[in-house]
Amino acid sequence: MLHLILFFIFAAVCIAAAINLLAQSHPINSALSLIVVMGSLAVLYLLLGAEFVAAIQIIVYAGAVMVLFVFVIMLLNAGTEEHTGKSFVAWFIGIPSVIALAALVVYSLLLHQGQTGNASVSSTSTIGSVQEIAKLLFGKFLLPFEVTSVLILIAIMGAVVLAKRGDN
Amino acid sequence: MVPLSYYLGLSAVLFCLGVLGFLIRRSIITIFMSIELMLNAVNLSFVAFGAYLHTLNGQVFVFFVMVVAAAEAAVGLAIIIAVFRTRETLNVDRVNLLKL
Repeated sequence: MLHLILFFIFAAVCIAAAINLLAQSHPINSALSLIVVMGSLAVLYLLLGAEFVAAIQIIVYAGAVMVLFVFVIMLLNAGTEEHTGKSFVAWFIGIPSVIALAALVVYSLLLHQGQTGNASVSSTSTIGSVQEIAKLLFGKFLLPFEVTSVLILIAIMGAVVLAKRGDN
Repeated sequence: MVPLSYYLGLSAVLFCLGVLGFLIRRSIITIFMSIELMLNAVNLSFVAFGAYLHTLNGQVFVFFVMVVAAAEAAVGLAIIIAVFRTRETLNVDRVNLLKL
């Protein structure tokens, strides 16, 4: 019961902040809303028994990635966004189909609720969760793990090359 | 106990809000943040399915998604800085030439 109450509170915060992200016209307000979304998602991960994911959600996403966003917004002195010609396709075909897709997915999930059952895990299965993830990462998923380190290296070099001031 | 369908419904709603932001916003930074919102929505459904199936593979996959998202954010923001330097605008409607 407590799980359900916490889920509804943080799901409501999450959706409200996501709507605020779309409604705000200044990028810095959108960035702060996105941080709220990520924080409430971290609480939902804790409810699901995923402590490691909740921790790196806060540290990597809300900490590192969003600081990068806020830093770029301040560096470029990004002001209120100007409203130029609205795309006809986006407003009259894209948005109705997105809303229809969301309604269809939520409706079908609620319709077949009895077949999927409960997602909450018992507290005993989360003990040693980080240890088990480390065993998986450095055992079964060792090759993908090493490939992502190469990816990060390439991304660092690409970011430096792209952001470097040209000679002209 | 929270049903799995609630988590999946929340994930679908967040993903669709991200798509909506991608379509209606014109600032390149906000569009980029909408993409991050979509990635977060997918992460939530990975973790929910992992908890439902009693496996940790979902959480490992979330780890990889976060690594790719961090790399994407670094390169994407560098591209935004490069675009701003040459065009002096962040509005995607004004960025309509491949070469200046």
